[in-house]
Amino acid sequence: MNKNIIIAGVGGQGILTIAAIIDLAAMKLGLHVKQAEVHGMSQRGGAVESHLRLSSEEIFSDLIPLGKADLILSIEPMEALRYLPFLAPDGVIVAATEPIENIGNYPDREKVLETIRQSAQHLLVEAEPLAREAGSARAGNVVMLGAASPYLGISAGQMEGAIARFFGRKGDEVVEMNINAFRLGRAQAIKKDETNQ
Amino acid sequence: MTKLLLGAEAIAQGALDAGISGVYAYPGTPSTEITEFIQRAQRDPGKTVRSAWSTNEKTALEAALGMSYAGKRSLVCMKHVGLNVAADPFMNASITGVHGGLTIVVADDPSMHSSQNEQDSRVYGKFAMIPVLEPANQQEAYEMTRYAFELSEKSRLPVMLRVPTRLSHSRSTVQRGEPRGQNPLNPSTEKGQWILLPANARGNYQRLLDKQEELVALSESSPFNWVKRWSNEETNNITGVIAFGIAYNYAMEVIRAYHLPVEVLKISTYPLPKNLVNRFIEKHNTLLIAEEGYPVCEELLKGYRGDNALRGRLDGTLPRTGELSPGLLAKALGVETSEPNAVPAIVKGRPPMLCQGCGHRDLFHALNEVMAAYPNYRVFGDIGCYTLGALPPFNAIHTCVDMGAAITMAKGAADAGMRPAVCVIGDSTFTHSGITGLLDAVNDRSPLTVIISDNETTAMTGGQDSAGTGRFHDICRGIGVAEKHIRTLVPLKRNHEENVKVLREELEYEGVSVIIAQRECVQTAKRKRKKA
Ligand SMILES: Cc1ncc(C[n+]2csc(CCOP(=O)(O)OP(=O)(O)O)c2C)c(N)n1
Ligand code: SF4
Repeated sequence: MNKNIIIAGVGGQGILTIAAIIDLAAMKLGLHVKQAEVHGMSQRGGAVESHLRLSSEEIFSDLIPLGKADLILSIEPMEALRYLPFLAPDGVIVAATEPIENIGNYPDREKVLETIRQSAQHLLVEAEPLAREAGSARAGNVVMLGAASPYLGISAGQMEGAIARFFGRKGDEVVEMNINAFRLGRAQAIKKDETNQ
Repeated sequence: MTKLLLGAEAIAQGALDAGISGVYAYPGTPSTEITEFIQRAQRDPGKTVRSAWSTNEKTALEAALGMSYAGKRSLVCMKHVGLNVAADPFMNASITGVHGGLTIVVADDPSMHSSQNEQDSRVYGKFAMIPVLEPANQQEAYEMTRYAFELSEKSRLPVMLRVPTRLSHSRSTVQRGEPRGQNPLNPSTEKGQWILLPANARGNYQRLLDKQEELVALSESSPFNWVKRWSNEETNNITGVIAFGIAYNYAMEVIRAYHLPVEVLKISTYPLPKNLVNRFIEKHNTLLIAEEGYPVCEELLKGYRGDNALRGRLDGTLPRTGELSPGLLAKALGVETSEPNAVPAIVKGRPPMLCQGCGHRDLFHALNEVMAAYPNYRVFGDIGCYTLGALPPFNAIHTCVDMGAAITMAKGAADAGMRPAVCVIGDSTFTHSGITGLLDAVNDRSPLTVIISDNETTAMTGGQDSAGTGRFHDICRGIGVAEKHIRTLVPLKRNHEENVKVLREELEYEGVSVIIAQRECVQTAKRKRKKA
């Protein structure tokens, strides 16, 4: 087992939460984990990414080599494209469609989505309505984790266990809400898979 | 016990398990998380490691040396440029030596992710002639921190542990060992060692020189240095890589992925293990030197006349600047990789920016309005969130050099005749290194307006306590700024007109004035509310 995952977004979107949940699940499975994060200046509303590597073998580099990421999981559409040089030829992009337009020259939203469609295998998810449906507009990151879950090489059950452990301190309600968010996101991936067949 | 830890946290855990009695630090990316981890660990009952933030890196290192004098183990953490501030005690602590173990963690920032430069702290280590340890991964960060304290007590020298951003800010699993208790209070009874009068200092310096051979011998037998070959084939004349610290990971990543018949010498301790290195060099006709940072060892090994068999950053085999990566090592080892996808042109840069609702914003709006009245005006700036005021839409400050330089540079410019001479400095930066400059200005009666943008926290690095909160008026008055020229304002939209008026009045004053623009950082306020 070998997975290289780039998790991307804008400072404050909760990408480290996603990474931490995947870490928990991977560690339970006894996998090796390395996860490079961005701290500091860029967290102030800038572009942020995390390189997450899971493997049954020893992992050397903290950084994913160019062209070797199996998955780009992005909570923001333009940010998904920023890391395209890392994506493997058969890699997948899973991205939320809602742009964060905190810069003056943000490109046309439809063109961004079209570029993603042309760039790689992809799954585009409108995360916010699903997050609301789950019970919190802020759970968009967990919705996206659900949408990306078929590509992680870790079962849904393992992931839900990790979500429960991660949010456990915050009480049952928060756990349940996040598991809902995860399932709603995952359903999107399964739906897409079925329409493709 | 295994835990998933950042490199920074692995260092912190290693220091706690090594039995430190105190950590002394000033925040700075990528070193901040070390101290924060220790602070969190001290919330449990019965914990006795002192861990509050210091005012700057110099005060931190001196306090740690004092704790070592008293016989206990102490840890100091800083970012690379912090060592410039602490350079005086750093250089002299190698002359005094230590009593209790003293480990100085310096986090370098190759590629300048969050820094003004990418200076390589190993140069300082060599300058001071103390042992330097450079872990390659999180487990080594833990183990080498523990080892650093033993080595410090054994060699009676401070030990530097050097980590780059990429290790400090990357997580992996770490296996802890059995924790060791703290040292008892046992102040040094040595006399001459600690009094660096020339006569003593000469003797101490000679002893430092005499220890060098022993340090090299320790490197020769260190379990943190080794030779590794991925394939077992006995081929002659294969390429050798001497990989230092984290560079080892990138080399191994590539060698494994492409089954390269390459032999690697991993080095994690300095001074260099001379025999180990020489034997390795003799065995290989082609050698790549991979270092994260400056080509420090490459330069040394290549020598003044230049040994052309040694490739690396100096001959362009690897780039001269910036952090290493698997891709760069692959290229340097001659691996043909397919061209990666380009970043599509539609992707625009997304630089960091001041948060919405940040008080610095309102200050810059008011300041820009006032400054517009002066042709070709300049505002001296400093380091912190407010440095982002240099970017559009504000374009409000024109310098950012080193902590405290806003005040002293504005003073020099005022002395040269620049009017008005204005600077903006954050509250934490002011206590870190601004106060002494302000005293200079007062003593010299330099016409200068200092704006302290006081958000009651050290925001840039994540909202640590700031040393002077609530006392800036008193500090400035104590230094000798005239009371009526110490003005306080609250940077809010509704105060805009009034703030503009205050700024205008003080800019016109031919003497030292201080304006304290005071409003809590909205992120810190949010965190406090969450906690409550
Ligand atoms: C010598 C040195 N130490 C530490 C740092 C890291 N650093 C940069 S800005 C900053 C804090 C600034 O705090 P403050 O002046 O209060 O401004 P704020 O970010 O709160 O606006 C720190 C710790 C540095 N650049 N140089
Ligand atoms: S973190 Fe605080 S000081 Fe920094 S930009 Fe945000 S609100 Fe302003």
